[in-house]
Amino acid sequence: MEVSVTEYKNCDLVKASGRIDSSTAPQLADAMDSITERGKFKIVFDVSDVEYMSSAGLRVLISTQKTCKRYNRGELVLACLPERVYNALDLAGFIQLFSIYDDLTEAVASI
Amino acid sequence: MRLSTNKCSPNEKANTITLPARFTSLDAVRKFVVQAAKDCGMDQNAIDAVELAIDEAFSNIIEHAYGGESSEVIECSCRNTEDRLIIILKDCGKPFKPEMIPEPDIGASLENRKVGGLGMFFMDQLMDDVSYTFTTGPGGRTNCNELTLVKRKE
Repeated sequence: MEVSVTEYKNCDLVKASGRIDSSTAPQLADAMDSITERGKFKIVFDVSDVEYMSSAGLRVLISTQKTCKRYNRGELVLACLPERVYNALDLAGFIQLFSIYDDLTEAVASI
Repeated sequence: MRLSTNKCSPNEKANTITLPARFTSLDAVRKFVVQAAKDCGMDQNAIDAVELAIDEAFSNIIEHAYGGESSEVIECSCRNTEDRLIIILKDCGKPFKPEMIPEPDIGASLENRKVGGLGMFFMDQLMDDVSYTFTTGPGGRTNCNELTLVKRKE
């Protein structure tokens, strides 16, 4: 799994590729924490190249969303979810807890 | 007589792999089980379900039975029967009591949503049967955990 963070004026973009499981989820958590620890809470996660996500990855998403939404200071939005990852989110009942966009530009503009 | 490719070809003798109780073993255990599901002629949805379920099961054993990554091992075996794939995981960590794990409230709001607890829920949702018992484990040790996951062909 590889993960990168790009800083924009209005938000930070996280992009991951590969498989997110208990072995690799800590890398995703580090990337998310590196943003919120800088006091930035508007994050777009580009999921397009994520092949697979277990509940370990979902835990990172929910915990980051809780941090971002606290005091109404921001949000974690998800962009370009592959079907398999969408299904895992759906199984966990997470769909209602995230804004989900099919288009990355739209996701960045929304936040 | 024409053989149906949609049926599991039964193998009475299970294929077994023994792996270190580490998260880096997840790739290997997933591949092992996915291959068994493919050999069984399962469709892609069923293969995906089995792959995620075994990942959750193996991760749970490391986290809960062994209390984190350890030098212990987890044994995984797969057996095809006529109509189902049976996966058995054995570990010799802390005795596991499934009734101690509360089911997550998947309708809860963000504020009330617990961060963990999804692993067992996923296994229950993705597989046709999930059961726990105690057994003789790797190295002949007694009182080891045995988790059986069953996926029916159709």
